[in-house]
Amino acid sequence: MSKLWKSGEPFIWLTGGALAVALLMVAGLIALILYNGLGFFWPSNVLRATLADGTTMTGQLAEREPVPGRAGEYRIKMKVGNRDIYGADFRWVDENQITRREYPAEVALIERSEWGALIGTIKELRDGGRTLATGPEAWVDVQRRLPEVTRIRREIRRIETREIGGINYQQEQLRLGLKALELKGITSGPEVDALKAKLAPLQAQYKVQETRLVELRKSQTATVLVQADGGKDKEWPLALIVDVRFPNTMGVAAKTVYYAGRIWEFVSDEPRESNTEGGVFPAIFGTVMMVVIMSILVTPLGVLAAFYLREYARQGLFVSAVRIAVNNLAGVPSIVFGVFGVGFFIYFVGGSIDQLFYAEALPTPTYGTGGILWASLTLALLTVPVVIVATEEGLAAIPRGTREASLALSATKLETTLRVVLPAVMPSILTGLILAMARAAGEVAPLMITGVVKLAPSLPLDGYWPFLHLDRKFMHLGFHIYDVGFQSPNVDAARPMVFATTLLLLLIVVLLNLFAIGMRNRLRRRYATSAV
Amino acid sequence: MAGPGPVTIGQALKPDALEAPIIEMPMVEIEKVSLWYGEKMALKEISMSVPKHRVTAYIGPSGCGKSTLLRCLNRMNDLVDGVKMTGSIRIGGTDIYGPGLDVTELRKRVGMVFQKSNPFPKSIFENVAYGPRILGVRNRSDLEGMVERSLRAAALWDEVHDRLADSALGLSGGQQQRLCIARAIAVEPDVLLMDEPCSALDPIATAKIEELMLELKNSYTIVIVTHNMQQAARVSDHTGFMLLGELIEFGVTRQLFTNPREKQTEDYITGRFG
Repeated sequence: MSKLWKSGEPFIWLTGGALAVALLMVAGLIALILYNGLGFFWPSNVLRATLADGTTMTGQLAEREPVPGRAGEYRIKMKVGNRDIYGADFRWVDENQITRREYPAEVALIERSEWGALIGTIKELRDGGRTLATGPEAWVDVQRRLPEVTRIRREIRRIETREIGGINYQQEQLRLGLKALELKGITSGPEVDALKAKLAPLQAQYKVQETRLVELRKSQTATVLVQADGGKDKEWPLALIVDVRFPNTMGVAAKTVYYAGRIWEFVSDEPRESNTEGGVFPAIFGTVMMVVIMSILVTPLGVLAAFYLREYARQGLFVSAVRIAVNNLAGVPSIVFGVFGVGFFIYFVGGSIDQLFYAEALPTPTYGTGGILWASLTLALLTVPVVIVATEEGLAAIPRGTREASLALSATKLETTLRVVLPAVMPSILTGLILAMARAAGEVAPLMITGVVKLAPSLPLDGYWPFLHLDRKFMHLGFHIYDVGFQSPNVDAARPMVFATTLLLLLIVVLLNLFAIGMRNRLRRRYATSAV
Repeated sequence: MAGPGPVTIGQALKPDALEAPIIEMPMVEIEKVSLWYGEKMALKEISMSVPKHRVTAYIGPSGCGKSTLLRCLNRMNDLVDGVKMTGSIRIGGTDIYGPGLDVTELRKRVGMVFQKSNPFPKSIFENVAYGPRILGVRNRSDLEGMVERSLRAAALWDEVHDRLADSALGLSGGQQQRLCIARAIAVEPDVLLMDEPCSALDPIATAKIEELMLELKNSYTIVIVTHNMQQAARVSDHTGFMLLGELIEFGVTRQLFTNPREKQTEDYITGRFG
């Protein structure tokens, strides 16, 4: 027995086995997310099931499980849509209740901008009171009109958010300007008049845009009459329809195209229906922007601190204590950082900034409330120990002789640090940055109280000065997952969305890391010595 | 003067060494220098002069203070905590430990090559150009000229002239040490300090560097510390023997090796202790 142990074989198996288990767990997790997440967008066929009691149930198959309590029997969950008719999106039905299954070609899957999906047969296309087309003609007609409908809907949205939004923003700025003057005691005079003069043309612009909106809305009068299960008819305006498909008639190629289109919509559109439908673009934007701002904040802070600790400070008790404190900071729970962020950054610093620079907006806080700046700063504090440790490791790996050689060539200590040490330690700094980004992209708790919201009215970056609005609240993928998965009213519809969003978050973190790793490898090749 | 080392010390000495006077045009004057690392005394009242445009060598067993003395000459000991020094060192007439002396100015005139070669993790060109850049040279063609001159003087140009942009860390040990020498002479110091420059090198590389030293001494004053007695005998004009922090004997190389005055010197040279 001891001979077996001494030969080293069991140990090889042990270590190999541990690695295999870890890899399997990671692979299993990713496979689960991939399966659930990617399957979300695939348009499955629509089943029409005739039940034992004569009624029909039309919908897409969502799940199949054994009936609890009765062995050997199964039940299926179908997405029947039509929440405004039936009250619920999903229904369970026992398989032994189903007498007939068919996949009729005429069933349409209509995606709406409100109330979710509508599943049924299109009977008529109407406009005003007149019937324009019936039956199969109507189906073709509806699909033909959809691109125009979509274009107008996008136009309406654009006018609302960009044009009118912009006018509102400018009006708000002028109003704040007037208020600022008022606070200083100036209620009349040339400055006041100048500001008021700018208000009038904005008001005129607003009227123009409003008129356009009314026109566009009035132009969309067409409606669709759909017959759903149980003989219930539903008339729905074309303007509120996002997409019409006939899944049972689509071949694999058509479905693949549709699939790609839905994935694109997922990453580029705004969310609808309380975040359970639509896309997650604002969350992607917010997450990436926050990680970028955090990186810009944490890198100088961490690198300078590491340089001081390693290069300039006299190594002794004090420096060791600081180093221990920094390492312990890495273990503090992230919600504690969130609380610190709220107390110090938001109330103290933000409140002071408001008093000093944004007094005219009070009592509405500008910086005295959560925002992308405070969220990024909080996460920067959270991840600064990682950057400090990684940079210090890199600095320690530079042989002492290199610095001595530089000094012997008549360089000052500062020149040595900037010209020799800093380029050589860049790969380690990037390693620290990679670790910081990975940690920050996943943290949600501190963000929830320092600036992330369920639905943000606008992005932190837009076309109006100062272009980057650090005081705005933003959306975040991690929070989106939590919100959609656990706070949404329609859990069944939301669950696949959770997986899809998780997959997206993983993908973004991987991409950010790959980018940083690529940069680090390029630096390593140039400088050829780095231990970290 | 390539090839394996001489069979006896006597064979190694150059014919004109006997004619060189003991001290002429002193470049470095060391007067009663004592140095402590904390409580431990590393140098005991050392006094001697290093002549200009000559090679001066220090020999002695490990731990006798040769490197410490060398590092005093360009104030590299300032980097070590707890160092205390008494006595004075004058280079070119200036007291280098005087108040208000700019250390970087000193190091422009006194360069150093270390025992373990320490090229920067940069390209070969950037390594040699580092010194001139620090001095303020910006013009690319000026830098290229200086780099070529230094690399030729260090007998490295032929081997690297076509790959100046490659990393310096890709060179062999001997090439790296010659690169460090090129780097040091690129700033054209008056004095060149070399701390056991060949200890990590093979005999062929060693021979090349010794050849180099003999050429360089026409323009520079060279002080070298070495473990290798034969090397000291081959290249130097004057030699000092140190033991346990004291300078036991200092004189013309030929005289020190053939007819040492002190018994300790003789014991060391004949190999009674090492």
